[in-house]
Amino acid sequence: MLLSVNNVTKSYAEGAQRTEILRGVDLSLEAGQAIALTGESGSGKSTLLHLCAGLDQPDSGQISIQGQQIAGLKDSARAALRRSRIGLVFQQFNLIPSLKVADNIAFQARLAGRWQADWAAHLAQTLGLEAHLQKYPEQLSGGQQQRVAIGRALAARPALILADEPTGNLDEDASDKVLALLLELVRDTGAGLLMVTHSQRLAARLGAQQHLSSGVVA
Amino acid sequence: MYWAGFKALISHWRRHKVQLAGLILGLMLATAFWTGVQAINAQARQSYAQAASLMGQDQLAQIVAIDGQNFPQEEYIALRRAGWQVSPILQGRWRHQDSYVNVMGIDPVTAPPVGPTGLGQMSELVSFITPPGVGMAASQTVARLAGVPGLPALQVSPDVVGGLVLTDIGIAQDLLGAEHQITRLIVVTPGTTPLPEGLRMRPAAQDSELTRLTDSFHLNLTAFGFLSFAVGLLIVHSAVGLGFEQRRVLFRTLRALGLPLRALVVLLLSEVAVIALCAGVFGVVLGYGLAAVLLPDVAATLSGLYGAPVSGGLSLSPVWWLGGIAVALLGALAAAGQSLWRLVRLPVLAPAQPRAWARASARSLWWQFGAACVLMVAALGLAVWGQGLSAGFMTLAALLLGAALVLPGFLYAVTGAAQRLSRGVGAQWFWADTRQQLPGMSLALMALTLALAANIGVGTMVGSFRLVFTGWLDQRLASELYISARTKEEAAHLRSWLQGKVDATLPIWGVEVPLDGVQTQIYGMQDHATYRDHWPILKGDADLWDRLAKGDSTLINEQFARRTGLEPGQTVTLPKGHQLRIVAVYSDYGNPQQQMIIANDLLTDLYPQVSRLRYALRVPPDRVAALADALINEFGLPPAHVSQQDQIKAYSTEVFERTFSVTAALNVLTLGVAAMAILLSLLTLSIIRLPQLAPVWAVGLTRQQLAVLELLRALALAGFSTVLALPVGLLLGWVLLAVVNVAAFGWQLPMTVFPTDWVRLGGLALLAAAVAAAWPAWRLASMSPARLVGVFAHER
Ligand SMILES: Nc1ncnc2c1ncn2[C@@H]1O[C@H](COP(=O)(O)OP(=O)(O)OP(=O)(O)O)[C@@H](O)[C@H]1O
Ligand SMILES: [Mg+2]
Repeated sequence: MLLSVNNVTKSYAEGAQRTEILRGVDLSLEAGQAIALTGESGSGKSTLLHLCAGLDQPDSGQISIQGQQIAGLKDSARAALRRSRIGLVFQQFNLIPSLKVADNIAFQARLAGRWQADWAAHLAQTLGLEAHLQKYPEQLSGGQQQRVAIGRALAARPALILADEPTGNLDEDASDKVLALLLELVRDTGAGLLMVTHSQRLAARLGAQQHLSSGVVA
Repeated sequence: MYWAGFKALISHWRRHKVQLAGLILGLMLATAFWTGVQAINAQARQSYAQAASLMGQDQLAQIVAIDGQNFPQEEYIALRRAGWQVSPILQGRWRHQDSYVNVMGIDPVTAPPVGPTGLGQMSELVSFITPPGVGMAASQTVARLAGVPGLPALQVSPDVVGGLVLTDIGIAQDLLGAEHQITRLIVVTPGTTPLPEGLRMRPAAQDSELTRLTDSFHLNLTAFGFLSFAVGLLIVHSAVGLGFEQRRVLFRTLRALGLPLRALVVLLLSEVAVIALCAGVFGVVLGYGLAAVLLPDVAATLSGLYGAPVSGGLSLSPVWWLGGIAVALLGALAAAGQSLWRLVRLPVLAPAQPRAWARASARSLWWQFGAACVLMVAALGLAVWGQGLSAGFMTLAALLLGAALVLPGFLYAVTGAAQRLSRGVGAQWFWADTRQQLPGMSLALMALTLALAANIGVGTMVGSFRLVFTGWLDQRLASELYISARTKEEAAHLRSWLQGKVDATLPIWGVEVPLDGVQTQIYGMQDHATYRDHWPILKGDADLWDRLAKGDSTLINEQFARRTGLEPGQTVTLPKGHQLRIVAVYSDYGNPQQQMIIANDLLTDLYPQVSRLRYALRVPPDRVAALADALINEFGLPPAHVSQQDQIKAYSTEVFERTFSVTAALNVLTLGVAAMAILLSLLTLSIIRLPQLAPVWAVGLTRQQLAVLELLRALALAGFSTVLALPVGLLLGWVLLAVVNVAAFGWQLPMTVFPTDWVRLGGLALLAAAVAAAWPAWRLASMSPARLVGVFAHER
């Protein structure tokens, strides 16, 4: 089992009152499997993805990656997990503003010591970023930035790809290309993909669909 | 509309309290430095004026001895008999262990009617003139001297300047060991008879000489005050700039919602004004405190160097308080000017991205660099061709400003090179990110650079000075004992008494005459190995001593040579038409006057009336103490008339150290302010930095690693700033030694460098940066992941 989420709950404090976002989510993802996660805006999809990436702690329940419980890990081990096994595409891209596009793409892979020039070139080409490699993120459009974020997540050939609406800012043609790229990676390296999307068209192209509503996955 | 807009704008500060604190603190410090120094200067000037007006000395002419020394009281009696209406004054320094005070003896009966009040009643007059007498002094002087034995009963008088005890002349003669001696005569109504030989008339208000002499000292102080003021304003500038930068989105929204640009500018101006007023009030209070702390040292310096009495207590007018607040207001507006200007020119839909700011700054780097080059060239030109003290200070200003402007470009280049050279991706990101922080950090780093450069510069000057000064003292004070007799008869008796007891008795006789309108000391020198072996000659002919002894030549001090441009080989003409060839120039530190040395026989020929009371004695070192003892106890000289070489050296060194203790204090304070500037910009940056750091954390660095990197970044930037500060500081030291000193005091010193000091300062700068970065780094290391995730959850 690549990723398993067991009865995970998460709430945020809003003033004196706590709002429960996740109320016992169960989810599992095998290596080589691709799952689409859908749900209304504000239902907690991003929150769940962040928990899976070990960025935040669930209030209760367990999350394990390749059999390893995230909760028990120290900060440094969790950071190591993120850089070498997880590829995370943020909804808001979160590129590193001080680095050029090429360096942004290479950043995580080189941190993890897994950077390969030909793979990076392939990514840049497929993502249509070749002309922009020497620019800074803020010089790109939203869709271009999104493609850089995807490139960064995939550059290290992660075992688990967590993508939060990776095609939200892209046109249909580009969306198809990006999805093809993600699936190529799933097929070739046996990675697992958990992808948040609002598009039924794209969701249908993945192997499975999960719907998040009222804090649980159905 | 205005009020709603104002509330929206001001709410920013509620959410950014640290930044607000930084703004207020910077403004407060700037105001405090400025007003503090002004307070010291104002107090000193007030004291000079008060001292000059005491006993009407600023309105009445005076009679003094041509050599500036005390003279016998018989001359006074003779003058009165001849119909001169004059009143005697004796002035000197009284010392008991560590307590000292200037004592001024007057004769209340003959004194002009402009003296201190309180002697109206006959009974008071009687107790004033009959032993043990009464001493009148300013209240803080009375308090300082409480319990010191040996002085008459002290009484508070508001008319007496601080640091001075006014008493009857008879009592003063006892206190100062100057029986039957007076320092000068105040001329109420001149007589018709000519003045006796050896005395001369000094016109009224010549005491403004004190103002002239101390001017350079005050200018120095003002320059330092201004430097600290500028450093404080840099903090304000960066805090205001950041506050504006962070509110770009808000400005955009407000304007999109219909607030006119003019209204926005008015609102922001009033915001700055409100903050400046608050900070100004605190700053002025702090400045008062600073002045009160520093004033005793300043007073000691001025009295030690120039004999200028300065009150140790502060009394300041409302104008000063208002002036301080106005300075805060103007400073804040000046510091906010650039930000406001940018706002005015900002298109409504300007991007609010950190890199955009960085790139805009990168563009301004070029004109900054250009301006810096122009300033550096100007500094060089001024240093080489400039004349006088103000040119010297303009050189310093151009140099410092140029260095400050060159710093961002320098750091930009260095971090860029580091990024290209580094291999690991972490290191590359570190440098790229450091580069991006530069616009936010550069002002604080400028403050650090300026503080370091000033420290190195002043350190070089003081260190060089100290080194030269101690060596010079050894040369100049080669004799073991310095004595002075009270009368001609005593002097003659003394010389015969000393026969066989000493290796040599060298006269120290001199007169003071105007030469081309400038008071000039002329001293006689007896040909002796003491001078041949030791005298601090700067440049001169090989046979200068033989030529001097022949009586057709003279040595002049450096001040004289520099003021007149005279060189060895040229001639000086004395008032009576006597021409002398200059054979050497010697160094004469600490002497505010120009001086020349001629053969002693020539002196007595030209000025037969010269008083022949002072002597230097050569004695084997092991017999010095015994001889000094015998001079006092067997021969009967007052202790104040017998000085041992090491006592004079100790006193001179003390005056010297005191002189620079104020600058040292200001220096340390400036460094502290710079550290504060770094802390504040790091704290404010840490807020807008979160979105830049969160992704790095998300893709695999721990918070601890990021915190360590933050610390390293501060250290690296401080280190680079130090590297730049070093050459600037050395240049500064050179300008101080070769330009400012020459213009202010008339002497130049060889420059010595003190690399261990640099290492210490560099360490201090790194420490300051580490301390400043510690808290922001710690906050990052212990930040809850939820806050970092929050960055991803919220739209930026
Ligand atoms: N750091 C936070 N603090 C407080 N509340 C939060 C935080 N992050 C998310 N929330 C709340 O949690 C809920 C779920 O947010 P989340 O971003 O996971 O939704 P989402 O399903 O990704 O929505 P969308 O499709 O719009 O991206 C929202 O109501 C949001 O307000
Ligand atoms: Mg979301």
